[in-house]
Amino acid sequence: MTRPATILQSCILSSASIAAGIWMVAMNPPLAETRPVASIPPADLIQPADLAASLESSSLPKPLILQVGFRTMYDQSHIPGSDYAGPGNMPTGLQVLRDRVAALPKDTVIVIYCGCCPWSSCPNIVAAYDTLHGLGFTKVKVLYIANNFGRDWVDKGYPATKDQGLRTETGR
Amino acid sequence: MLLCGATTAVKVGDVAPDFARADLAGRQVHLADYRGKLVLLNFWATWCAPCRKEMPLFSKWQRDYGARGLQIVGVSMDDDITSVKQLLVQRPVQYLIVMGDAKLGEQFGGVLGLPLSFLIDAQGRIVARYQGESDLAVMEAKLKELLPHH
Repeated sequence: MTRPATILQSCILSSASIAAGIWMVAMNPPLAETRPVASIPPADLIQPADLAASLESSSLPKPLILQVGFRTMYDQSHIPGSDYAGPGNMPTGLQVLRDRVAALPKDTVIVIYCGCCPWSSCPNIVAAYDTLHGLGFTKVKVLYIANNFGRDWVDKGYPATKDQGLRTETGR
Repeated sequence: MLLCGATTAVKVGDVAPDFARADLAGRQVHLADYRGKLVLLNFWATWCAPCRKEMPLFSKWQRDYGARGLQIVGVSMDDDITSVKQLLVQRPVQYLIVMGDAKLGEQFGGVLGLPLSFLIDAQGRIVARYQGESDLAVMEAKLKELLPHH
């Protein structure tokens, strides 16, 4: 890259960068702080082993499974049959989630999961959980992933695929 | 039925896969350009709190050890560059940032959780892998051990 020839050019470039940053914040604000993940009732959590067992059972009905974390992880590996409907930490991602469930009966069994980072740090799951409850869904379960999707699901040998499900994102 | 969804594992001892990705100014960055240096390759994202917590220390390491041959490369796994630029205007870092994607994640055995960091030696070989919230004192001790002593 050509270095700015003068101090004035450096100042102009710095000012432009700051202005651009302020504009970006205004145009695409992240969500405000959500409730902590510990606020999700234990009765609404499902353990990976239990979900994996239900998926492998031919007698149990299959829930709708939605990954509400980050797209690049979904594209690398996700639970077979799950759709991408996130990210839960952004208003745009929550709109993807709303759109995905808009036509569904309110007693649809829905399992949401993320696995982006350690459970207590997940920025996606609570907002997604609250959004679904706010829409009136009564059977929402959250897959409890203690560390991350790789360690707690894929490395355990549970079913995973990179086959693309329904692409529900807007604008991508 | 077990479906294959795991990518080929990249292990300590393997040669790190080469890649080319754009930095935030759109310039192509090749990992191979940093042969001869100790590279800390860090997969992160703007919404990942443990990732953001590491970044100021990574900046300090780049300042402290850059002259001894350390190069830190942060690979953002954000879905778009806008949020990355936004964060870095507010919280600038002292090391290189490039944009990652699913393909790059797969090259490194799958980035299925963040943060994820690799130490890559001067010969391009992976010498350490750190998944999740790592003990940064341990990481720093390791990279100091690997850097040439002046």
